[in-house]
Amino acid sequence: MRTIKSEFITTTVKNLAMEAGTDLEPDILEALLKARDEEVSLLARHVLELFIANADIASREKIPLCQDTGVAVVFIEIGQEIHVAGNLEQAIQDGIAQGYETGFLRKSVCDPLTRVNSGTNTPAVIHYEIVPGDQLKIFMLPKGCGSENMSGLTMLPPSAGLQGVVDFVVKTVVEAGPNPCPPLLVGVGMGGTFEKAAFLAKKSLQRPFGQASKRADVAALEEDILTKVNEQGVGVQGLGGNHTALAVHIKSFPSHIASLPVAVNIQCHSHRYKQTII
Amino acid sequence: MSLLRYKPDFFDHLQEVTLPFDDGVIESLTAGDLVSLNGTLYTGRDQTHRLLEEMLDKGEELPIDLKGQLLYYVGPSPAQPGQVIGAAGPTTSYRMDKYTPRLIELGLKATMGKGSRSQPVRDAMVNHKAIYLAAFGGAGALLSQCISEAELIAFPEAGPEALYRFKVKGFPAVVINDSHGVDFYEQVKNEK
Repeated sequence: MRTIKSEFITTTVKNLAMEAGTDLEPDILEALLKARDEEVSLLARHVLELFIANADIASREKIPLCQDTGVAVVFIEIGQEIHVAGNLEQAIQDGIAQGYETGFLRKSVCDPLTRVNSGTNTPAVIHYEIVPGDQLKIFMLPKGCGSENMSGLTMLPPSAGLQGVVDFVVKTVVEAGPNPCPPLLVGVGMGGTFEKAAFLAKKSLQRPFGQASKRADVAALEEDILTKVNEQGVGVQGLGGNHTALAVHIKSFPSHIASLPVAVNIQCHSHRYKQTII
Repeated sequence: MSLLRYKPDFFDHLQEVTLPFDDGVIESLTAGDLVSLNGTLYTGRDQTHRLLEEMLDKGEELPIDLKGQLLYYVGPSPAQPGQVIGAAGPTTSYRMDKYTPRLIELGLKATMGKGSRSQPVRDAMVNHKAIYLAAFGGAGALLSQCISEAELIAFPEAGPEALYRFKVKGFPAVVINDSHGVDFYEQVKNEK
């Protein structure tokens, strides 16, 4: 049994939150540079150039990449050999509150009905998974809601098949149009149950940018959807061109014989995340 | 404060527009025009709009005169010491659609955010000669460099949703809906 102090978790989460707000990871930056080089629309190319400049200024000056520094979604993978000394949930929430305050990040969390802002950007949305081993993995995903609001879920009949999946994902992306800040990362959860599909769609955003699914048929589906989405001409910020999405990530899970759930979690071009293993 | 160090070529091709708008400028702008905004504008998003509407319903005087003004949909991140404002890119505009026609009827000349507007908002723009601009979503750090002053005007209790007056210089945007009824997003889609 390995013991981790909750104070250490708080400090770690705080730092991840601050870094995620201002520093894009190299994989997304490379995807933006590649898109700029391959973009057919001159206007879209200029706008991609502007996003690259934005990432540069955000990182140098420690100004958030986007004013919507998101609701904090935190994925925790905790080894079953770990004992946390203290309150794990509270440690994470404290880390988020401290990171958003110290990092001058916007606090965007409010009551759904009264709309009163909590003032701390908490509670964060935390997902726990218990895994073998004695390590603690923390994946911090500040999720902006311009993109989150454009997400969707459907419970397809199995007869809808592959075509049904393709049609729903493409429709969700195209109907979102310029709203979610394209070029997008499209996260798809396929199979499972109602909540499992949504979770998988969100979790697929963790995959290194543009890396194909390990399952060949799913990888082919990702490629097919990406091509179809980019043929629709929404483009960067809805201003046209061939980059409505930069990547499609699908995570699949077995479903009931009666069911084919499909969830689409839309992520904007400012795909911010940070992770660490303790 | 200078953008020069980061300046993409894009900024060399913008049409200079002064805020608030001079007579005739609104009518001269066309969907798809790339503009550089200079002067003063007001900010507001979801809660600001709800509060403004409440005041109008009660017959109260608004904290600002909307006539000839541009309202920018933004909820900035907090300014660090020595900064004017934090990141200040646009938020998605459709959430303000419910409130916008009434504000346009009161003389608001332009709104700025990102994403498409509803038919009632588009109709109001044509009927009252107003326009809608898109700023570049997800470029909040860069856009903050185009804001030289930020003054809190009303609703401090709304936190990041408070109403501010910004002084802007070289703030880039695209005209999406012009006062003649043309929608640039649709134009782009139809060209495809």
